[in-house]
Amino acid sequence: MSLLDLKGVSLSFAGSKVLDAVDFSVPAGRIVSLIGPNGAGKTSLFNCITGFYKPQQGSIRLDGTEMLKLKPHQVTQLGIARTFQNVRLFREMTVLENVMSGQHSRTRAGVIDAILRLPSQRREEVEIRRIAEECLSFVGITEGWEREATTLPYGWQRRVEIARALATTPRLLLLDEPAAGLTSGEKEELIELIRRIRNERDICILLIEHDTGLVMRLSERVSVLDHGVMIAEGTPKEIQSNQRVIEAYLGVEEDALDL
Amino acid sequence: MAQFPERPSAWGGLATLLDTPQKRYAAIAVILVAMAVAPYIFGSYGTVILTNALLYVLLALGLNIVVGYAGLLDLGFAAFFAVGAYTVGITTLHFGLNFWLALPLAVLLAIVAGIVIGAPTLRLRSDYLAIVTLGFGEIVRITARNLRETGGASGLIGIDSPWLFGWHIRTPLDFYYVFCALAILGVIASVRLANSRLGRAWLYVRHDEDAAEAMGINRVKVKLAAYVVGAIYGSIGGAFFAANLGAISPESFSFRQSVLILMAVILGGMGKIPGVILGAFIVILAPELLRDFGDLRLLIFAVGLLLIMLFRPSGIWPARSKR
Amino acid sequence: MSIFDIFTNQLLNGIVLGSFYALVALGYTMVFGVVKLLNFAHGELYMVGGFAGFLVLSFLAPYLGPGWLGVAVSLVLAMIAVGFLGVVIERVAYAPMLSAPRLSILITALAVSLVLQNGMLTLTKGQYVPFGAALGFGGVKLGNLFISYNQMILVGVAAALMLALELFVSRTQYGRAMRAVSVDKDMARLMGINVNAVIAITFFLGSALAAAAGSMAGAYYGSLWYFMGFLIGLKAFTAAVIGGIGSIPGAMLGGLILGLLESFGTQLPGVGSEWKDVFSFSVLILVLVFKPTGLLGKPEQERM
Repeated sequence: MSLLDLKGVSLSFAGSKVLDAVDFSVPAGRIVSLIGPNGAGKTSLFNCITGFYKPQQGSIRLDGTEMLKLKPHQVTQLGIARTFQNVRLFREMTVLENVMSGQHSRTRAGVIDAILRLPSQRREEVEIRRIAEECLSFVGITEGWEREATTLPYGWQRRVEIARALATTPRLLLLDEPAAGLTSGEKEELIELIRRIRNERDICILLIEHDTGLVMRLSERVSVLDHGVMIAEGTPKEIQSNQRVIEAYLGVEEDALDL
Repeated sequence: MAQFPERPSAWGGLATLLDTPQKRYAAIAVILVAMAVAPYIFGSYGTVILTNALLYVLLALGLNIVVGYAGLLDLGFAAFFAVGAYTVGITTLHFGLNFWLALPLAVLLAIVAGIVIGAPTLRLRSDYLAIVTLGFGEIVRITARNLRETGGASGLIGIDSPWLFGWHIRTPLDFYYVFCALAILGVIASVRLANSRLGRAWLYVRHDEDAAEAMGINRVKVKLAAYVVGAIYGSIGGAFFAANLGAISPESFSFRQSVLILMAVILGGMGKIPGVILGAFIVILAPELLRDFGDLRLLIFAVGLLLIMLFRPSGIWPARSKR
Repeated sequence: MSIFDIFTNQLLNGIVLGSFYALVALGYTMVFGVVKLLNFAHGELYMVGGFAGFLVLSFLAPYLGPGWLGVAVSLVLAMIAVGFLGVVIERVAYAPMLSAPRLSILITALAVSLVLQNGMLTLTKGQYVPFGAALGFGGVKLGNLFISYNQMILVGVAAALMLALELFVSRTQYGRAMRAVSVDKDMARLMGINVNAVIAITFFLGSALAAAAGSMAGAYYGSLWYFMGFLIGLKAFTAAVIGGIGSIPGAMLGGLILGLLESFGTQLPGVGSEWKDVFSFSVLILVLVFKPTGLLGKPEQERM
């Protein structure tokens, strides 16, 4: 049973095809990686799944619900959270406030509730805070919650972004190059964290990653995208020996698959 | 870990300056006493000016929610001010409605107007809102000028002053205290909104729309909420303005009025409540001090606004506390 | 007057009005295309252009006379002066803000507009200033329709300026650079295009066209006012949006359409001339709601 199902997803910008009839699925409870050379369309595929891009054709279903026409915030409400390739934390806001944003779509206090400080609003605020704190602790950030998020060291910012995504209580978490710019020690911690997210919180993971060593160690399934076409799909072992994948990578200079 | 800077807050650093409850209560007590005795120090003309400044505090707080919190440029804020004033004027004069019934009607109309203008435009690039609100401001002013019901260019006169539990609010001193209360309520509502789910969402959307949407925030809805809350502030200000003066005319709601309110928000410091209050007082008090300069006053303001934007975009009020 | 006469008269009025709108809308659209900025001060450049033309004419009139010759020379000089003013505004006020949040640069543009407006208010003490041109009242009669020479020259000059701009943008190297910058500033820079020079040229041309419109309006209507740029700025923006903001032919088309809409709109029952502006702003709001990309605009770029 797959949690996420893409069928024949095609996307083009100004006449040039970015994604060409992509079929792709994420089985429930798995850690899945999406790899491919630079410019293969991986982030575009993420943007289609999360509603930021509107594919011209195809179907994208989460647990059977069609999401093609949904806006990004509706996709998040359905249970898909994401991080960005270049960390995008909210400037001038604290770490805690950043993570509190995740609960926005799970809560409902409006203008009047806030102005009158109704009991329900106060309870909700306490709950938003509690969940944010719990998510921060989960990713291993137990101090500096009141600091401006964008002043944290880079590796911490990555984890705050993951905590923020977790705070939306997702079923599926999309990570766009989560290891980029991390030290090798931090990468080990990241692998550990991603496993814990899946095991302890029962959240399915789909990641885009260039560090193939990390991909092979962490993922249970790997899909390979090249020039907007899904060229292979299988276990890390199968992918490592797949001829088409090797060719796709060799065809691109400076980005050879380090197998 | 090294000491990281505190982030700026709605209080603009006052929270760290007044870091114990005792200091805060003392500050509040000083402000309240100052507000209560000010009319006896500044005399009757001073009281009228202060009342006007407090009206501007209320209007600027409302516009601050749109501009300072949600980061949307509204160049037609006076339109909502007009909606409030004319609703009270028309319904009390032509339909004999009680002021306290006209007030909620004014708020309701402002909400409707806010949604009609905001809902379509807030989907578009944020700069379009600036121009559309500018156009809307003109539509409202021209409509007020040309309808019989609004009294045309000469406006409406003889609007009754309201009663409140047997207190006939009519002298300038009465209205001074009414506007004190409105400004205080305006500040309380602004602070509570800033520290709420919605207040945070305004900042999220303002800083990064895409990331905010990825967090499940409906950006159009959130912006619309800011725009409508601003409209409500404007309308309430307009309603009491009409009751205070007893007469209103279209020229009170011109583009210049919108610009002055916007200047109050920006000069003092957008998004920071003490800054906005400071800005409102500057905009009202400076012309009194610059009386000799005549037409030059507006030019001085305009140059000041330009200099602020180029050299100190966070406004006059300090951005963060130095600890 | 028959319905037909009213129709032809309003058609003529609409074309004259539309020429002004189109000239000002062009600057709006060009600047938007290149730096993605709504230059609120643009309407004020029209106003300053009018006053610059007036100033030059008052110096030249003793030599060239207040007729079309004097006006033509003052028009050209006013265009050059205001063109440079536009460049200076961009360098001083906008260039430092281009990487700042959108809100800051919008407010800066507003501030520039207020400085120009109130500067002129201070200089003129808020009075109307007679332009001082004497253009004569001759014209041609076609049936019941009277077309003055002034109207013909005005529309002709506007058309010539627009044609020159179109040729400049489509045929010259600078025009190509301008289009490249409007598509992708960073890429254009990588291709060796001097982006700052292109921005300066764009501001120069846009401001000069606004000044041309301002001078002609001064000569045609006979007087100037410090606040005359406000409404036309709004109208020109409306015209640019109708045509599709960022599109040069769109701005011309939009200007003409708005001019015609206004002149015919005021003939509708219940829409007297006092409602003219309400009518055009309503058009603006409706266009933004139903067709925000305008008639000739490209669809909004995909996000991210």
